[in-house]
Amino acid sequence: MRRTHRLRWQAAAIMTVAAFTVAACSSGSGSGSSSSAGSGSSSSSSALTASAPGITPTQILIGSHQPLTGPAAPGYSEIAPASAAYFAYVNAHGGVYGRKIVYKYLDDGYNPTKTASVVRQLVLQDSAYAIFDGLGTPTHLAAVSFLNAQKVPDVFVASGCECWNDPTKYSQTFGWQLDYIREGKILGQYVKQHFAGKKVGFFYQNDEFGQDGVKGILDELPASMVVSKQTYDPTNTNIGPAVAALRASGAQVVMAFSIPAFIALLKLNSLKLGFNPTLVASNVGTDAITLSGLLEAFAKQGGAKVNGNQLIEGIITDGYLPALGSTDNSWITLFKKIHDQYDAKAPFDGNVLYGEAVGYTFAQAMLKAGRNPTREDLVTAIQNGIPQGPAIAPYSYSSSDHMGITGAYMGVIQNGQLVQQGPVLTTDASASGAISTYSGSEQQAPASGIPSP
Amino acid sequence: MQTLPRRLGVAVVTAVIVWFLSVRLTTFRDFQIAEVAIEFTAVAGLTVLTGLSGQISLGNGAFMAIGGYTTALLMLHLNWPYLAALVASAVVTAVAGGIVGVAAARLRGPYLAGATLMLGVALPALAAAYQGFLGGDQGLNVVFTAPAFLGATFPLTRWQAWVSTVVALVTLVLLANLCYSRVGRNWRAVRDDEVAAALDGVNVALTRVLAFVVSAICAGLAGSLLAIVTSLVAPGAFTLTLSIALLTAAVIGGLGSLPGALWGSLLIVIVPTYVTDVATSHGLSSSVGSNIPIAAYGAVLILVMLAFPQGIQGGLHWILTLFTGPDQRTRIPRDAPAPHVTPPADEAPASHHEKEGTQ
Amino acid sequence: MVEFLQFTLSGVSFGMIYAAVALSLVLIWRGTRLLNYGQGGMAMITTYIAIEVVYRTGSYWAGFAVALAAGVVLGALCQVTIIRPTMNKPPLNAVIVTIGLLVLLEGLAGIFFGGQFRSFPTAFSVTGLRIGGTPLGVSRFDIFVVAAVLVTTLVLATAFRYTSAGLRMRAAAFNATIARLSGIRVARVLTVGWALAGLLGALAGVLVSPSTFLYPNSMDTIFVFGFTAAVIGGLDSPVGAVTGGLLLGLALSYAGGYLPSGASLVPVVAFAILVLVLMVRPDGLFSATQVRRV
Repeated sequence: MRRTHRLRWQAAAIMTVAAFTVAACSSGSGSGSSSSAGSGSSSSSSALTASAPGITPTQILIGSHQPLTGPAAPGYSEIAPASAAYFAYVNAHGGVYGRKIVYKYLDDGYNPTKTASVVRQLVLQDSAYAIFDGLGTPTHLAAVSFLNAQKVPDVFVASGCECWNDPTKYSQTFGWQLDYIREGKILGQYVKQHFAGKKVGFFYQNDEFGQDGVKGILDELPASMVVSKQTYDPTNTNIGPAVAALRASGAQVVMAFSIPAFIALLKLNSLKLGFNPTLVASNVGTDAITLSGLLEAFAKQGGAKVNGNQLIEGIITDGYLPALGSTDNSWITLFKKIHDQYDAKAPFDGNVLYGEAVGYTFAQAMLKAGRNPTREDLVTAIQNGIPQGPAIAPYSYSSSDHMGITGAYMGVIQNGQLVQQGPVLTTDASASGAISTYSGSEQQAPASGIPSP
Repeated sequence: MQTLPRRLGVAVVTAVIVWFLSVRLTTFRDFQIAEVAIEFTAVAGLTVLTGLSGQISLGNGAFMAIGGYTTALLMLHLNWPYLAALVASAVVTAVAGGIVGVAAARLRGPYLAGATLMLGVALPALAAAYQGFLGGDQGLNVVFTAPAFLGATFPLTRWQAWVSTVVALVTLVLLANLCYSRVGRNWRAVRDDEVAAALDGVNVALTRVLAFVVSAICAGLAGSLLAIVTSLVAPGAFTLTLSIALLTAAVIGGLGSLPGALWGSLLIVIVPTYVTDVATSHGLSSSVGSNIPIAAYGAVLILVMLAFPQGIQGGLHWILTLFTGPDQRTRIPRDAPAPHVTPPADEAPASHHEKEGTQ
Repeated sequence: MVEFLQFTLSGVSFGMIYAAVALSLVLIWRGTRLLNYGQGGMAMITTYIAIEVVYRTGSYWAGFAVALAAGVVLGALCQVTIIRPTMNKPPLNAVIVTIGLLVLLEGLAGIFFGGQFRSFPTAFSVTGLRIGGTPLGVSRFDIFVVAAVLVTTLVLATAFRYTSAGLRMRAAAFNATIARLSGIRVARVLTVGWALAGLLGALAGVLVSPSTFLYPNSMDTIFVFGFTAAVIGGLDSPVGAVTGGLLLGLALSYAGGYLPSGASLVPVVAFAILVLVLMVRPDGLFSATQVRRV
């Protein structure tokens, strides 16, 4: 045979052998650092079985996709470790019916293609029982069809988009946090009531987060009050032109649906322009600790009279979890204790509170799902309603509603902390739905820190 | 792969191997097969553009976006079947590639790089800015199901792997045909010395534009496959990072070589997942553990490039020649001299990137 | 009218940052005919080093100086360790190596400094200046930014033109073989070139980070626009780099201010400008080359 042919045959032979080797090694379930099945049902509860993929007698494996790296990571990357901290606490105190929750969250860098890949890895290779707290709207949209087609519970998506509330098309998917339209309505009503006759400008992110928020605001706020609508793009930090336009319009109140970095930039650019409107912003961007951190360097300037904390004083916002500064609140005490023990490196800020609170909600749902739950059991458990838990308003879960928290309270940032002003307000996501005061009382955290089944 | 029967033979053998793997391995591996096939389709086009025709492009992600969005829009609004949408995507990206190629015809080296880089950034931004038709930041959902004759329990990922592999192999055969044809020779001629090629009767501009068109079609096909495999087209999926990943795959695999495109694609699909698994299994904290794959990937790029200046294909070839002796047959010269850099009129070209003889 | 002035001034401020990045790229291009895609990553790392120094010593200027010094060291180090081996190889290899450098630095920053936003201090007030009662839309710090970049550019330009070290660098870039024959240590000159580029990048990083907050990917967009500015101005021309930077900064500021959804269209506007310039002058605005026609 000529050398050329030999070369080619050698190559073909190598490839075929490699293919067979790979097939032999990987057939069956993949590797993954996941369930260590068969470690023996040594626990005394002899009734525990491997009732569903991801559930063994000793553990429950759940997965998530999170932006742990990349431009979207700052802030959001704290949420999953906080949930993991809460689960560690639960595991240390008996687990869920004796099973430990194993939380495997993978980085998707806020890239939908990567999300598709890691979610398939979690479901097809690691056989996760459910996907929990998938973060981001464009990213989760890359996973939602797959998860529903595979009938994998897709619980408590970390995004306020209305898209998760579609029980017919996405029967497995549930939201959790207050959605942006409801939030917009609550903020809009507040401005209508407290700033009647003033000029209002909008500053919002140019995607469904900002647009849904504005839509909600305009359900309540008369359009005649709005003098300027400025958008920003998270990849472009030069918002000077937008702020200049707001100032030129004479806006006395600026309503913002922005992430914390852009609230901080808004404040800095306003300072540069000598512009000092009242800021009414979505809770997504107003965590006081995050904002103080972003503006920290400006508190230390030589010779300048700006102080980081001063910059965020008086920001009006909403909240659907207890305020971080309310040290007499049983939930804050509980979550701070858990944070100090299991997640101490992160600051105890809004993202950590979010992560622990949604983790608590998952524990509630799993306990309701039963001793040996199937995947359907989890979905049914949520649809039958979840007690309020740390949220300050009830959940809307039912067989026809998969959205989540239904209301918030208004508050003001004072001395670096959010202080509640007024009652909890609840509403629905429709344009005409009224906003009503919630008269129910807030729940107390269980003494053990673990929800009752 | 010098003649058509041989190429078809290779394609058929590969198809059989992939079919075998897709059936024996888990459905997640099927998904990875689809990912590799998609990357290969795009990288092969880019390696031809940059390696054979000497035009660097940092914006092929934009062509993938065009292909993906075309498919998504046709399937969503006009209910076209996938095959028709695939062909339409190829046509649309061919036109786009032609436009870009014409605009870029006078650009060389870093100026072409800069222009294509900005294309790669600007096009997805366009999609994000216009919410109504293009779905904005959230993108467009794509519904794709396996055909009925396969049965209701046939895993969708396996069907996606088959479709992607078929498209990739068809691309491979067609590209190989082109590379060994007169078109390919024209590309190499224009790359090596434009003036000489022009004197020889080659239409330089047309040749260069054609290369762009071909590479754009490949990227468009890949984008279309991406749309059905991930069920979504959104601006976040077509960032500059994607364009850069395509280029790194092409160069690391071996610029200008089609097998190189395969090695590069395997590298960028498998390595990050593998390193992530290793990092998470050691229980490292999230900020350290999630950044290790990134740092490792960067280190791999640097080390492979320094160790194998001809890319992986060059390295493999060198290893194989250790066993079989120097290769006498003619083949596509892979190590192209520099994409032509017009020296400043008052300066001679800088020393170490001067054109030298091949090898 | 006031708005226009505000847009202009903020455009100049950002434009100078792009100019600094563009200058660093031009420096490397002129010396080594290489595009350094890792420039943004290098600038980000030196800024992280600076912020650690600032928070430990409490002095902004200490951090500033350390950042510049770190830029010099990092630039030289990169050239010696990973760029030098790629010379005399296909040029795209060096491109991939610089891309690998960028990714590696971003990963390392995430590992050692964490992925959270860091607030970067300024040396001067960020409160806006006014004329009469009208705010100008610039602060003392913005003026410092413009001044710092201009001064550095002038110093470098003078050094290139009037010192023997600058002459050596220009000779090595012009024709390395002949320069070597004249006794110039070309390898060392190239290292110095990279070191200076590192300094410029570090300067850009420190000046822009108060406005972007510091995190591993914070310099990515700045680098893209800096690169675009360099291409617009012509990669062989430092004057072109500064002009390109200013032009881009102004244009993007106006686009962001006057266009509806302007903020999201900024990359599209940048692309449009780039295409327009390259259609007319394929080698950038200030290129001295003529396209060879046969």
